[in-house]
Amino acid sequence: MLNALTISELGKKLAAREVSAREATQACLDRIQQVDGRVRAFVSYDARDALAQAAAADQRLAAGERGPLLGVPLGIKDVISVKGQPLRCGSKILGQFVSPYDATVIQKLRAAGAVVFGRLNMDEFAMGSSTENSAFQTTGNPWDTSRIPGGSSGGSAAAVAADECVAALGSDTGGSIRQPAALCGCVGLKPSYGRVSRFGLVAFASSLDQIGSFTKQVRDAATMLEALSGVDPCDSTSVPQPVPHYATSLSGEVKGLRLGLAKEYMVGGLNPEVRLAMDAAVNQLVKLGAELVEISLPHTDYAVATYYIIATAEASANLARFDGIRYGARVEGADPTELYSKTRGAGFGPEVKRRILLGTYVLSSGYYDAYYIRAQKVRTLIRADFLKAFEKVDAIITPTSPTPAFKIGEKADDPLQMYLMDIFTISANLAGICGISVPCGFTPSPRLPIGLQLLGKPFGEETILRVAHAYEQATAWHKEKPPLS
Amino acid sequence: MAATDIDVNYVAHLARLSLSPEEAQKFGAQLKSVLGYIEKLQEVDVNGIEPTAHAFPLINVTRPDEVRPSLDHAEALRNAPAQANGLFMVPKIVE
Repeated sequence: MLNALTISELGKKLAAREVSAREATQACLDRIQQVDGRVRAFVSYDARDALAQAAAADQRLAAGERGPLLGVPLGIKDVISVKGQPLRCGSKILGQFVSPYDATVIQKLRAAGAVVFGRLNMDEFAMGSSTENSAFQTTGNPWDTSRIPGGSSGGSAAAVAADECVAALGSDTGGSIRQPAALCGCVGLKPSYGRVSRFGLVAFASSLDQIGSFTKQVRDAATMLEALSGVDPCDSTSVPQPVPHYATSLSGEVKGLRLGLAKEYMVGGLNPEVRLAMDAAVNQLVKLGAELVEISLPHTDYAVATYYIIATAEASANLARFDGIRYGARVEGADPTELYSKTRGAGFGPEVKRRILLGTYVLSSGYYDAYYIRAQKVRTLIRADFLKAFEKVDAIITPTSPTPAFKIGEKADDPLQMYLMDIFTISANLAGICGISVPCGFTPSPRLPIGLQLLGKPFGEETILRVAHAYEQATAWHKEKPPLS
Repeated sequence: MAATDIDVNYVAHLARLSLSPEEAQKFGAQLKSVLGYIEKLQEVDVNGIEPTAHAFPLINVTRPDEVRPSLDHAEALRNAPAQANGLFMVPKIVE
């Protein structure tokens, strides 16, 4: 089954011309036919366009060109622009929007010869931790389709875990790549702020958003990161740092590396089975020669509150562009104000409305200093905690999510409980550092994946990839497949 | 600052977001609970701390001021909900 291969496995077969990109793409399309009625990861896909891209990749292969992504089918979260394809961000407000241009990451993947296809389901405007906030469909976790896949990139995680594509793109503003990767049992990498261009990514919270990958193994995450990274004149927040050949850092060695365990992360709310898996993973890494160092991140308890002020404030400004004038759905009104209000009232779902209201409130006159500026100051302290910890350690090790996947509908009406699901992931976005989630075990019954998170310094992706890879080589969790058949 | 004094309808007006009476009531209650949680930031001593707007601030990012290809007229209007004569149609603004 070509769709079940990793990027590196498929890449070798394509390079040897044992198989064609067309066959690999068709295998993914067949798999979608077979399982997506249950998983519901794809909002839509354009089979003809995918096969045409595959045919073009086969021509490049026939002409002698080689590359790690040449001919590899990749799924795309519905928040990243792909020219000529729908872009709806899990929302009704975009109507029948069709992207007029390719995002920079898509341009890069096309140049590398990847087959970029499909619109993967997500929480509306990437706001959520379960993908239940999609206006279109609820995605099921491939390990138990009555449970959530995590979010907001739940479609990307589920599609990769269910072998509906070889790898996928997602975006991570507070854990939206790492948490669904953990809950679906795949590898999710959120690069450092500024590592990857966001041009063509619909903005949620501009000081936090990053694009990253979902893959079936760590080596593929290194391949994807190298392809996606780099400064871009179209995104002035992208950082002109050289892009290393990330695969080189996958030495399999962690001897002498110092891993930080934050005492603040070992407190209440952590599911006991997640705790057990995490402890076992830590022991495994110690066996491999890593050194454990206890660290303190004293402002951890304030991260969720800080995040929900900053992220909603930025979202309320970013989402002002959805006003029914230049694109998307429109509800007519007697004057522009009425048109805006009615369009937005009809077009946005409940979670987006809540966040726009909260963000507008914390930015409004009289509350701006008390909420927004104060949160930005606490953000400084949270970032300083991490930079100080990284003077003593090479990476920080945490669970990715405090619990495994919960039942669809279980937390749907309790936004605060849902926000607390992000406790281990959001700090990385506030601090601008990088993070990766790798499979580290399963709950016994029901059998659900558990993820281990490694956090690294700003632009320290090589170190976390190295640790994640060494751990992965010593375990077999990433090879397990969900019982979908 | 009392966290419980959020006037949802006023904030919704600022955000140009029409809400049904049911939504206003439900969101009001939910936001009060979220604001109650957020209130814990008041405990933190932030004296003398500079705010962080971006985790990796780059200063004065510029590019040459040159005309480059961009979306053509038809492409720019392609997703418009209403258009005429190559322009976006909007409700009457000026009498």
